[in-house]
Amino acid sequence: MAFFGTSPKAAALADEITDFTAVRGRSLFRDALNRFLRNKAAMASLLILLLIVCFVIFGPFFSQWSNEEIDWVVMGDVKGMGGPSLETGHYFGVDDLGRDLFARTIQATRTSLLVGLIGAAMALLVGTFWGVVAGYYGGKLDSIMMRFVDILLAIPLTLVLILILVVAGRSFTALFLGLGAVSWLTMSRIVRGQTLALKSREFIEAARATGVSEGTIIWRHILPNLAGVVIVYASLLVPEMILAESFISFLGLGISEPNTSLGRLIAEGAGTMAYGTLWQLLFPLFFYVALIIAMFFVGDGLRDALDPKDR
Amino acid sequence: MLIYILRRLLVAIPTIALLVIAAFCMMHLAPGGPFTSERPLPPDVLANIEARYGLDQPLWKQLWDYFANIVLHFDFGPSFVYKDRDVNDIIATGFPISLTYGSLAFLAATLVGVALGIAAAIRHNTWVDYFAVSLGIAAQALPNFIMGPILILTFTLWLGWLPGGGWNGGQWQYLIMPVIALSTSYMGSIARITRSSMLEVMNANFIRTARAKGLPQRSIIWRHAMKPTLLPVISYLGPVFVYVLTGSVFVDLYFSTGGLGQAYVNSALTRDYAVLLGVTILYGALTVIVNLLTDLAYAWFDPKIRY
Repeated sequence: MAFFGTSPKAAALADEITDFTAVRGRSLFRDALNRFLRNKAAMASLLILLLIVCFVIFGPFFSQWSNEEIDWVVMGDVKGMGGPSLETGHYFGVDDLGRDLFARTIQATRTSLLVGLIGAAMALLVGTFWGVVAGYYGGKLDSIMMRFVDILLAIPLTLVLILILVVAGRSFTALFLGLGAVSWLTMSRIVRGQTLALKSREFIEAARATGVSEGTIIWRHILPNLAGVVIVYASLLVPEMILAESFISFLGLGISEPNTSLGRLIAEGAGTMAYGTLWQLLFPLFFYVALIIAMFFVGDGLRDALDPKDR
Repeated sequence: MLIYILRRLLVAIPTIALLVIAAFCMMHLAPGGPFTSERPLPPDVLANIEARYGLDQPLWKQLWDYFANIVLHFDFGPSFVYKDRDVNDIIATGFPISLTYGSLAFLAATLVGVALGIAAAIRHNTWVDYFAVSLGIAAQALPNFIMGPILILTFTLWLGWLPGGGWNGGQWQYLIMPVIALSTSYMGSIARITRSSMLEVMNANFIRTARAKGLPQRSIIWRHAMKPTLLPVISYLGPVFVYVLTGSVFVDLYFSTGGLGQAYVNSALTRDYAVLLGVTILYGALTVIVNLLTDLAYAWFDPKIRY
């Protein structure tokens, strides 16, 4: 009689049990990813975003003019000769000063993308830190920190941004700092609420009971559970940041020459549209609207995928 | 309820006070000022000017005087740039204009947005719904500074129906484009919020009960579904108000309506801190008050809320 466990049948059974590749459990992340992939509007928007990013990265290789070069031939008669054409090499036409709008649009789209990403990233870092500390430690510290946020939230944020740009001078650094300074407030409130809810859950209690240090609890147990909400909110912040920056630049208070952003280009185009140079408005406007709508849909898709409440 | 109102008021007052202090300190820590020019003034002239505006006092004294003037006389002090005007004067000229088109835009965004949202929810998954949803999304991507040029292009340059800017005592032709430009984007958001809220409410048990009782659709919607539908919309009105306020900065600049936003940007560019400070405080205080009012409206509307 064979020993137990040495029969071929038992070996096959053991193989099957230890074969972890056969049936895989679906992780929460996998679930969310599947939900996102099934969302047609979000996927189409993601494609558009990718195309815009490709345009920014590879566009300069096709451009025949740099963004600062002035085309003196066209400059005298922008309305007649400055329109979009393949012959002159100005695919999007030229702006009022005879600079190539194709190159300028690339530069502006890059700025706007950067502004959106950096603004959202700063909100993510500062807001998460602020919210986790306030929510986790609670008590007096919590009420002081949140009171501070409430007061800042009471001021219209665009005005704060204008104030910061006036006080600190107009530069890229000031703009990014300003955007970061106004964007983290709502994020910190969301994170705090979430942290408060997480703090009283059993697995945190279990961690504390087994003697895990506070830093490790926050780093290993609280932060990963915040990730979903934080990512969703940050993705919705990106278009908001782009909007805010464009608004400020439209007023002439944001980015200054020779740098440019979509808001600035739209402002210039809007200023000259009465002279019949409509392309100066329409090309930046097209990229701007496409960018914002795509961002909205991607953010919405992420929320549907990651936030189980709204399904 | 009364205690709730009082408690909220008690919180609102120190908020506004802190706002004044924070804005004041920020402004005075900034390097440079309205009197630093490319050609430096002789030191004794500069000293005279600074004495005239009280800038030679220590910072805490200046802050105290500023604060006391606002509380006691509602006086925001003189403008640093316009010799013959003070901040109150500038606010008194600009604010009524901003308030007129601002409140109209606020009303338009709310009414049209809610109507669109409800129409979409009632005719869920029909062409009305799809039309309203796509209109809402398109509207959201068109903030005021995008709508402005588009409107001018269409109605002034192509059709020639409306004047391209100016105020003219608030005649209706001059009001249309600022109001549309300001309201479009938030109309879209309000429509989306109303639609999803209404869809949720229409699936609730109490609506099924009302249906089972045999109530007609009309009274189900107006008597039962309306109030809970509007709750999330009300909590959104605070941000809309803030948007309309800051949007006035754009409208004034683009349509030359002469409201408070114009004064704000001008003072930002000429570093007229007195005006900048005054308008910031006014807008901040208004925001606090509107947030307070929406909270009260929410408490009144929502039977579940405990205060």
